[in-house]
Amino acid sequence: MAEQTDYREPEPGRGEEFSPEAEPLNSNGQNSLLEEEEEEEEEGEDLFTEATEEVSLDSPERDVLLSDGPSPVTPPASLISPHLPHNHLYTHCSFDEMEEEDTPDLFDISILVSDPEKVGEGMNAYMAYKVTTQTSMSLFKSPQATVRRRFSDFLGLHGKLATRYLHVGYLVPPAPEKSIVGMTKVKVGKDDSSSNEFVEKRRAALERYLMRTAKHPVLLKDPDLLTFLECSELPRALSTQALSGAGILRMVNKAADAVNKMTIKMTESDTWFEEKQQKFENLDIQLRKLHCSLDSLVCHRKELSVNTALFAKSAAMLGNSEDHTALSRALSQLAEVEEKVEQLHQDQAGADFYLLAELLADYIRLIGSVKGVFDQRVRLWQRLQDSLLLLQKKRDAEAKLHANKPEKLQQARDDIREETEELEGKVQQGERDFEQISKTIRKELFRFEKERVTDFKEVIIKYLESLVQTQQQLIKYWEAFLPEAKAIS
Amino acid sequence: MFSTLLQEGLDDGPDFLSEEDRGPRAVNVDLQTDATLQVDISDALSERDKVKFTVHTKSTLPNFKQNEFSVVRQHEEFIWLHDSFVENEDYAGYIIPPAPPRPDFDASREKLQKLGEGEGSMTKEEFTKMKQELEAEYLAIFKKTVAMHEVFLCRVAAHPVLKKDLNFHVFLEYNQDLSVRGKNKKEKLEDFFKNVVKSADGVLVAGVKDVDDFFEHEKTFLLEYHNRVKDASLKSDKMIRSHKNAADDINRISSSLYTLGTQDSTDVCKFFLKVSELLEKTRKIEARVAADEDLKLADLLKYYLRESQAAKDLLYRRGRALVDYENANKALDKARSKNKDVLQAETGQQLCCHKFEKISESAKQELVDFKTRRVAAFRKNLVELAELELKHAKGHLQLLQSCLGILKGDT
Repeated sequence: MAEQTDYREPEPGRGEEFSPEAEPLNSNGQNSLLEEEEEEEEEGEDLFTEATEEVSLDSPERDVLLSDGPSPVTPPASLISPHLPHNHLYTHCSFDEMEEEDTPDLFDISILVSDPEKVGEGMNAYMAYKVTTQTSMSLFKSPQATVRRRFSDFLGLHGKLATRYLHVGYLVPPAPEKSIVGMTKVKVGKDDSSSNEFVEKRRAALERYLMRTAKHPVLLKDPDLLTFLECSELPRALSTQALSGAGILRMVNKAADAVNKMTIKMTESDTWFEEKQQKFENLDIQLRKLHCSLDSLVCHRKELSVNTALFAKSAAMLGNSEDHTALSRALSQLAEVEEKVEQLHQDQAGADFYLLAELLADYIRLIGSVKGVFDQRVRLWQRLQDSLLLLQKKRDAEAKLHANKPEKLQQARDDIREETEELEGKVQQGERDFEQISKTIRKELFRFEKERVTDFKEVIIKYLESLVQTQQQLIKYWEAFLPEAKAIS
Repeated sequence: MFSTLLQEGLDDGPDFLSEEDRGPRAVNVDLQTDATLQVDISDALSERDKVKFTVHTKSTLPNFKQNEFSVVRQHEEFIWLHDSFVENEDYAGYIIPPAPPRPDFDASREKLQKLGEGEGSMTKEEFTKMKQELEAEYLAIFKKTVAMHEVFLCRVAAHPVLKKDLNFHVFLEYNQDLSVRGKNKKEKLEDFFKNVVKSADGVLVAGVKDVDDFFEHEKTFLLEYHNRVKDASLKSDKMIRSHKNAADDINRISSSLYTLGTQDSTDVCKFFLKVSELLEKTRKIEARVAADEDLKLADLLKYYLRESQAAKDLLYRRGRALVDYENANKALDKARSKNKDVLQAETGQQLCCHKFEKISESAKQELVDFKTRRVAAFRKNLVELAELELKHAKGHLQLLQSCLGILKGDT
């Protein structure tokens, strides 16, 4: 298996693909591809074609693949190189074969995010998390690695992965969301339960994010991910700050996309995609509704916990003033039971949140990725159509030129011939791209559904087990109380 | 909408209260049912803005025309009866059983109306579910108000002196409308001022140190106890409301899961449907837990809030009588020294003395009984509360475990 040894980028700028000027525009958040495309077209320089040209000109595999012709039978791995050196095509091939035989994942990795520690003071402070990776896979330098990372490092990683893989149809798991309010509280040094909760919520989210990313067979082999997990030093990802220039640009572009999405109308020839899109729309709506109800439940359970504690105190007071000794004792016992019950409610609210609510939130964001990938496919189709149109125009112009003075304008005819050939190449490439992304999306959705099923099943069972525990504890407490109540005489 | 539901009689409604409450409904007091006079509310009807209670009496006493009879009474008539006890000087030395609170369906009715208005915005299943819930809530409030009115009557019937009261007998037997109108504005205002005077007076009276240790102790005890019961009652109400809110959320989650399950075509749809079913059942259990806590704990505390107030009122009356007695003594001394109107002062003083001693004697007994009743009621309710919590928790656990078994077996 080829390891990434001849990485093209210069060492210091590890992970940075393009020239520094272009960098801020390219490492983005979730719907990265769209912004990237806009930027490229505006600059008049299609970085995309540049990359594909590399493959088409340098890669020996291309001729082999082209000679097979476009056939429905599984053409080998993505021609669209996700901006990686060529030896990675090899690994992609083997991944494909593995998938098609549907072998189970020979996948053994566990990632833990722990020990949040505040570094620095004031507005420049940040939380550093310990990331521990344990694995037996040969991809990694050693079976265990521990590094310290901050939140912007995670965002930087996601940005790179998104840049590389989203536009070819891979579902890159979205990173946990930024929260200016939450982080400011932590920076300012408020050491209360809400900022502790915030840090814990973030820690859990980061852990889930890394595990989900690592579970993706293609993403796992990404050099940036490996660097992230293994290297002790990582260059600071600058353009991930919410209020940076890049951040604002991202927001503006997201708005522009929303408008764009509405204007592209694609004639869908594949009902599979239409069906899937509808299904994901429905799933999105239902998950959001469920998430909303769960939020409400968490809120009410927390309220219940608080009110139970208040009642416990009140019952204890009542027990104190009761002058019948046995009743007084029983009331105090009741107060104790209620105190314990309060803790149970608190724990249960935690389970409600961390198990269920966060899972739903993750999936709602993942579905966002799915939608993004569908949109990317539509966009590729649009480009294809545009190219086709251009080609047609050129051919018409060519024909016209032929009809009029054939001898005099030899040069013009040659120019047009060249342009036409170029456009033909573009169209062919566009067709291949479109087919490839459709294929990749199918595979990705298949994997996504499988993972979704496992995830939900696992979480539901864990959640039910937490409910079982709560009830068992309740039984214990009330069973202890009953004889006390009976002892009142 | 509900008169049809409730005309069938209480016992035909959905079994919202546990079986333990089927017997004598006087759950908050421990009373010996006396064969000579047994009173209960056998039926009730809820109309637009009033509730009609059917008071059923069984008695071997000679002053009643029959051995068994029923009349229909409304809340205002109960209040009239209670007030007649309070205003009767002869009963100054007794703890007057607290009046039942006015039946209050406003909150429930409002919710139902809102539900009716929001019908368009939810699915048919959700709407039927919520409607069922609200109906159950309405029924629960209804049963509660019946129980509270019944407890009042039973307390009166169990009291050795009050049970012989003429007004009480009229209340039980007279099968026409008692034409007791509710207090009009003027009377309500009078009541308000009376209360103000009473509380000011009460402070003065309370300040008078009592020679009798027993009463001094009772005074301090009752004051503190009353306040703490009030606090506990409020807090228990809040706790139970939160519990109900959480149960409502579980209901919505169950519906969402059901929709997800029907929409999903993968393996996990079975999970969704099973869990939706489970949550539907556990929600019912949670709602029952909240309802039982309400009955056994919150209602108990509310009742003893009212009873401890009635006991305080008794102490107030005694204190008042003591002050009157002491004033009469002073007046007698003054008269004797001036040798003027001595006889008048003497009779006055004797009356006060007699009244005070009578009150003190019966008050002592009443307060002792109050404690006995209180201890017994708390014991009964706490035991029942614990037993019900256990029953529900065990049921809940069983449901969870069987569901888990099925789901784990599938994966």
